[in-house]
Amino acid sequence: MTSRDSIRTDALPSGGSAEDQLDPLMLAERWMRDGRQVAMATVIETWGSAPRPVGSHLVIDADGNFTGSVSGGCVEGAVIAEAADVIASGAPKMLEFGVADETAWRVGLSCGGRIQVYLERVG
Amino acid sequence: MDPNLLTSLNAARRGRQAAILITGLDDGSSRLVMRGDTVTGDLGAALSKAFLSGKSGTVETEHGRYFLNVHLPAPRMVIIGAVHISQALAPMAAMTGFDVKVIDPRTAFATEDRFSSVDLVADWPEDALSDRPIDAFTALVAVTHDPKIDDWPLISALRAQAFYVGALGSRKTHAKRVERLAQAGLGEDQIARIAAPIGLDIGAQSPEEIAVAILAQAIAALRKDPGGA
Repeated sequence: MTSRDSIRTDALPSGGSAEDQLDPLMLAERWMRDGRQVAMATVIETWGSAPRPVGSHLVIDADGNFTGSVSGGCVEGAVIAEAADVIASGAPKMLEFGVADETAWRVGLSCGGRIQVYLERVG
Repeated sequence: MDPNLLTSLNAARRGRQAAILITGLDDGSSRLVMRGDTVTGDLGAALSKAFLSGKSGTVETEHGRYFLNVHLPAPRMVIIGAVHISQALAPMAAMTGFDVKVIDPRTAFATEDRFSSVDLVADWPEDALSDRPIDAFTALVAVTHDPKIDDWPLISALRAQAFYVGALGSRKTHAKRVERLAQAGLGEDQIARIAAPIGLDIGAQSPEEIAVAILAQAIAALRKDPGGA
């Protein structure tokens, strides 16, 4: 179920709290209900060998708590840092990470791929 | 993004409905579209394609650039009959990513011993499936040979447009089955969707080989464009 050449199917989200903990969209909804401010990052495009497929989510709250992933852990730190801005301003951002630029090298994708991540505030 | 959209999307995912979250990359707008909703223009065409392929991605339209995040439910496989074939099929299907359930009201067959670490229900399909009915993202495999057990789930799967419906039995057995299903009110086209004899024709002989043939056929039904299958 992980190949991009085949139908992507979600793991079935249930009402169970253990699964909701692991499902970024379910957790984001719960955070919203709890009155927390939330930003959602989505992998929009990938080039080369990117660790997470298009459509993957990372959700972040105003305190920097997060769940999900947009890479194998390589660029999450940078996305979380940007999330504070997006939560404050409400303006979405397009982020790009790859081996080509210096920022990317610092927070780099070890696999050598490139990814574009859309970051927006929920609410 | 509007929090209500997130709630609606999650509700669709919990309810095993296919949905696409559309994000306007030029203006930051969001919108949720369910399978079957009518959307016109380039975007509508891209949505229909995405519901079929299950692939998320960006599209350029006359109104700008959009990201389509496609959410399809995980495929299920409901196996009717805790028989020898099922003992091989259930773990193989689970390994392939199916959410597997084996159902057989005959308690001599449906035992924990024969099906360890498989979701096994020793009950009639009508009861075993009451909380989670067969849907379009379900493969139904009926292998008991017994009309009392197989017919109800077969009818239910055909009505729900399950993506795969297979039934074990000789041509003679199947001919009788076709008659019964027609009497139950199913149309010729619906009945013709049943894979019978079940499984890809790979000359399978042992129960394990038949399980491979069934699983391959179910995967083909899931992955191949219905028009090209």
